[in-house]
Amino acid sequence: MGKLAPTKHYSAGVKAYRQTYWEPDYRVRDTDLLACFKITPQPGIDREEAAAAVAAESSTGTWTTVWTDLLTDLEYYKGRAYRIEDVPGDPSCFYAFVAYPIDLFEEGSVVNVFTSLVGNVFGFKAIRALRLEDVRFPIAYVKTCGGPPHGIQVERDKMDKYGRPLLGCTIKPKLGLSAKNYGRAVYECLRGGLDFTKDDENVNSQPFMRWRDRFSYVMEAVKKAEAETGEKKGHYLNVTAPTPEEMYKRAEFAKQLGAPIIMHDYLTGGFCANTGLANWCRENGVLLHIHRAMHAVIDRNPHHGIHFRVLTKALRLSGGDHLHTGTVVGKLEGDRQATLGWIDLLREKFVKEDRSRGIFFDQDWGSMPGALAVASGGIHVWHMPALLAIFGDDAVFQFGGGTLGHPWGNAAGACANRVALEACVQARNEGRPLEREGKEILAAAARSSPELKAAMETWKEIKFEFDVVDKLDGTKPAVAA
Amino acid sequence: MSEVQDYRSKLSEPASRRFGTFSYLPAMSAAQIRRQVEYIVARGWNAAIEHTEPEHAGGAYWYMWKLPMFGERSVERILAEAEACHKAHPANHVRLVGYDNARQTQGTAMVIFRGKAV
Repeated sequence: MGKLAPTKHYSAGVKAYRQTYWEPDYRVRDTDLLACFKITPQPGIDREEAAAAVAAESSTGTWTTVWTDLLTDLEYYKGRAYRIEDVPGDPSCFYAFVAYPIDLFEEGSVVNVFTSLVGNVFGFKAIRALRLEDVRFPIAYVKTCGGPPHGIQVERDKMDKYGRPLLGCTIKPKLGLSAKNYGRAVYECLRGGLDFTKDDENVNSQPFMRWRDRFSYVMEAVKKAEAETGEKKGHYLNVTAPTPEEMYKRAEFAKQLGAPIIMHDYLTGGFCANTGLANWCRENGVLLHIHRAMHAVIDRNPHHGIHFRVLTKALRLSGGDHLHTGTVVGKLEGDRQATLGWIDLLREKFVKEDRSRGIFFDQDWGSMPGALAVASGGIHVWHMPALLAIFGDDAVFQFGGGTLGHPWGNAAGACANRVALEACVQARNEGRPLEREGKEILAAAARSSPELKAAMETWKEIKFEFDVVDKLDGTKPAVAA
Repeated sequence: MSEVQDYRSKLSEPASRRFGTFSYLPAMSAAQIRRQVEYIVARGWNAAIEHTEPEHAGGAYWYMWKLPMFGERSVERILAEAEACHKAHPANHVRLVGYDNARQTQGTAMVIFRGKAV
């Protein structure tokens, strides 16, 4: 532990946080957990004091000195603010870097890490707003977490799909279908050429369609589509449930039916449930698709909350084989450079600090598997060239309306998407620039696919060109102090 | 809007079976196959050839044609092996695989000669 220190005397009262928790000379250890916060202090509070307060309140500190501090080695256990930086283009706030010793956190517990890092400190009065921008998890901590139950390579082998992104579709309308009608929509999508269909996140077990009925009909659809096309298929059976007991019951039934993949909402369900379910999936050979309902509540405000790149790291540690990452080009929020940053964090073995992608730390994942990035929301065949250029092969493109809204039905819509995807992959492999020649590539493919031709006519004019709210710092106009 | 078309796909129709990447596109020409081999070589992957009777296309393992061509950078030689496999098994699906040993997976896999649907 710490070196032999001179005996300290107890002196009650309030000390400035900076006396204990601001250490600009601190040398970061390889085993430290590092965090970058964006702090908007209250007027009159200087940067060092605000940064030290955040370090204190998210680790060992409280507002006043307590005698029991002297029963332990606080020099060893405390978090330290060690660096302060300007936020480009925004003088109202600054970045504070905090180092936490690894022993502050229970091994393998995403729950515990976040209870500390984004706990009470976010309601602290001395700061007006606080955002957790990035976290460096030391490899020593990464190795204590289970991570994705299978990972990208194992999923490709299990599903027998190589050299291209996978294709999915969320079944709509998301609420109100009976189980048998719902299974029909699944079957039509899969026989048309999709790899996966998906329960909408809202679909759990409502009065109009109880989970057991849905699972049975959906798996009949999956099996028939597999026999008909000769390809492996799956449907993300959503096992998100009111209690862990119920969640595991649903997962067990999905396994009994031979489902290759199930699904969970990791933020509304919670990190505890998610980590447990990921362990179950690893032990039972079932892939795990992760949805992210509630993320925009947490990550969209540029000054307060948790950046999605941190939520991505949390999921990779907690466990999931797929994670929704936004599309860049569809109906939902997502800056291109920032998205490229967090899909790297989801998929790669080692990600270097890169401020142009919003990445504040090197992150070493060691041997922890990566997960597939899922692009879903308001996309259709015309987006295919851009999606492939942005995401590459290790992704799932999910076209909901873009499959089900085809004028000839789901099978034709699915087939149109599959043809468009394969045409883009073939062209990409041939070295053609996808985003520049996308239109010609799709038009050529449509000459041998009436399904694609009809899809291109249906969605010709649709675009989503609103500006992004949460841009990377330094890319937006300066705000007044 | 065009009239609604039926989607033609049946259990009883062997031609409805698909076989992975590019099986929803028309069969590739010789020039197109060459470009895919060039892609595998350019990525630094190891090319391999596999084949199977179309009625046994399911499952993880097809028949390997000889061994994967480790370190082979010649597009000509890879194409020649693919042709030789196709000639020896004209009724079978012949698949071109690019092994990515760094990531311990197949970087890509595609059927380049299509067997007769039965």
